[in-house]
Amino acid sequence: MFYREAGQYKSSYEADQAVFPLAQDRIGMAVILVLAAAVVPFIASNFVLEAILIPFLILALATIGLNVLTGYAGQLSLGTGGFMGAGAYACYKLTTSFPDANLILLILLSGFFAAAVGLVFGLPSLRIKGLYLAVATLAAQFFLEWCFIRIGWLYNYNVSGAIDSPERRMFGLVLTGPNASPVTRYLTVLAIVLGVTVLVKNLVRGRIGRSWMMIRDMDIAAELMGIRPLVAKLSAFAVSSYICGVAGAMFVFFYLGSVEPAAFSITLSFQILFMAIIGGLGSLIGCYFGAAFLWILPIFLRNVLPMLGIDVGAENIVHLTSMIVGVLIILFLIWEPHGLARLWQVAKEKLRVWPFPYA
Amino acid sequence: MKLKALIAGTLLSGVLACGAVATASAEDTVYVQLPTYRTGPYAGSGIPIANGMADYITMLNERDGGINGVKIVFDECETGYDTQKGVECYEQAKAKKSLVFNPWSTGITLAVIPKAGVDKMPILSMAYGLSAAADGKAFPWVFNPPMTYWDGASGVIKYLAEREGGIDKLKGKKIGFIYLDAGYGKEPIPLFEQFATQYGYTLFKYPVPGKEMQNQSSQWLNVRRDKPDYMVIWGWGAMNPTAVKEATKIRYPMDKFIGVWWSGGEDDARGGGAQAKGYMTLNFNAVGTDFPAMQDIKKLVVDARKSKVEPAKFGENLYNRGVVNSLYMAEAIRIAQEKTGKKVITAEDMRVGLENLSIDDARLEKLGLKGFIAPVKVTCDNHSGHHKMYVQRWTGEKWEKASDWFDPMSDVVNPMLLAASKSYTEANKPWPERSEPCAN
Repeated sequence: MFYREAGQYKSSYEADQAVFPLAQDRIGMAVILVLAAAVVPFIASNFVLEAILIPFLILALATIGLNVLTGYAGQLSLGTGGFMGAGAYACYKLTTSFPDANLILLILLSGFFAAAVGLVFGLPSLRIKGLYLAVATLAAQFFLEWCFIRIGWLYNYNVSGAIDSPERRMFGLVLTGPNASPVTRYLTVLAIVLGVTVLVKNLVRGRIGRSWMMIRDMDIAAELMGIRPLVAKLSAFAVSSYICGVAGAMFVFFYLGSVEPAAFSITLSFQILFMAIIGGLGSLIGCYFGAAFLWILPIFLRNVLPMLGIDVGAENIVHLTSMIVGVLIILFLIWEPHGLARLWQVAKEKLRVWPFPYA
Repeated sequence: MKLKALIAGTLLSGVLACGAVATASAEDTVYVQLPTYRTGPYAGSGIPIANGMADYITMLNERDGGINGVKIVFDECETGYDTQKGVECYEQAKAKKSLVFNPWSTGITLAVIPKAGVDKMPILSMAYGLSAAADGKAFPWVFNPPMTYWDGASGVIKYLAEREGGIDKLKGKKIGFIYLDAGYGKEPIPLFEQFATQYGYTLFKYPVPGKEMQNQSSQWLNVRRDKPDYMVIWGWGAMNPTAVKEATKIRYPMDKFIGVWWSGGEDDARGGGAQAKGYMTLNFNAVGTDFPAMQDIKKLVVDARKSKVEPAKFGENLYNRGVVNSLYMAEAIRIAQEKTGKKVITAEDMRVGLENLSIDDARLEKLGLKGFIAPVKVTCDNHSGHHKMYVQRWTGEKWEKASDWFDPMSDVVNPMLLAASKSYTEANKPWPERSEPCAN
């Protein structure tokens, strides 16, 4: 009843082709953006900002990167962790080589290094598909992890092998390092993630995105229709790795602060893959749903269960989380292969006719 | 109508019950978070340490009612030796106002050292972490008594030199170093390499990646090829028993195989079975239950079913190591209470307590732990202290003392620590100057 498009007439092609054609959608989006940017930083505690919201946004961005490759272009990739690490180490080298340069600019630049790495490891996709491509990207993951440990130049030969984020400022505010306030970091991350989301949304709705989806659905037909698979697949790898690289750089500089190579292991790749699957492959809002679900669920369990009086040991929470996530992935794949995004879509369709069960 | 009333009634009683649970008792308490790992590949080492830490605190609460009447409330935060989860636990510790943070992982320690001063959270990285953090002037919030990895490395070389009959007899010898390929294992390498050039031995390095800890056959094949005169191990978790087993498989003489204090768990040596007899490690705490305080733990905690430890594993090396960590925390709380006059102290007071930590033989006797550890003293300038260690030997069933308590080569280690601390603060500019006054 409230979600109908009745009475909203479009009088120009731009209005008709808008990302949010319904006024209700636009209002809802505006409310969420105002909440996220203006209300949350002031009412959320430091713990919520630092341990829940900032990593949720960064992982949502990485999920968007993986979704571009796996959801839109259909190229299964298990190398997300490695590409995030490539972006992180690139940003570390850039900022230690150019300490006075603006960190945001360097983060956006480091994505290009990750994109170059992604391009190289995307070359096998021209010959192999599906599970075999997954194995090739798995090789990328292990090789990149090996590089982060063995190539001393990447971590400036320091003894611990870990990279850390030196303190950087912008407009007088401290952006990174232990003195950075969680509010500054949260707002910076929010701005970058929203910016990249807008860019990706436009990419996906345009010519390039459509060529990815054509490759995903039936690549032989796409080739016959004139899409060049080389350009489409490699551009998917490049864009996906760029986004993952930016997410990886933010992971180190705005969230963890100091990172060992083990942080970009296969576990991270799987975590992001599960976020993409549970959220919904081929949907941008699904990335946010999946990241929120998988990131916040363990923290929720850890904090809420003791409150209800159920005293489980800390190690059992880890076991419980693994079990619940595993069961959920299987259930989702059986009942709703298109993930939480499809559930949201179904909910919207039912909202159109609410309170009546039929149109 | 009835169903609705039933549902409403259940919800209401649930809300009221939550409220009842939430009201805490009004007695004085302080909170300490214990990061532990009872899951993951390092759980073999993490579980006894977690048990030791928890049980000593529980015993103090039961026997004495806490420290001067202030009970210590604690809970465990599962890190799995993972840096990411460790940082999460650190944020939680900050939010719940823990008095101190014990990372129990060199990787996590390195990640939280820059944050400690800003967040005013003291970090107790007992005999692990960043060796350079012993420099109290540069790292006022980080404490690593009783000694650092560099002290341990110098202790190993000192002991091996003694075995050979003099430090000059090490010339021409081959020493193999097998280590976990992480921050923890790489820490002592600069010292070993400096000693190699100084004393003329050849150092062979065998890194073991964390993912491949249980598959060390290639490293030990290299050991069989290189035939080093002595092997030194810096392992943790599943790496230790695998290394001992592989050493017995290639029939490496176990009395030439020495490890750091973290490679000294009973389960680690049992990995080699009866052939592991002769395996040595460093140690700085006693093994066994023959101490009045340990008997108190047995009576009040283990027998009272308040502990998660298996009764057979009570008193093992790593369990006692956990007890030492809690001992340091408890003494620091007591000293902080004395210095500030407050009963319920804050994290900043805890820093003062840790910086004035001093446990001598008389105090140990009063605590019921005489001979459990060597006396330890922390000062403003030296947050570690280069205290004594000893070498223990595996008999096939248990650890026995194989040497007396001896000092590390602090005259060599101290300048290196100061130089390393300088290069750390240079690399991490701007590093804040120490602003906390010295209460020594």
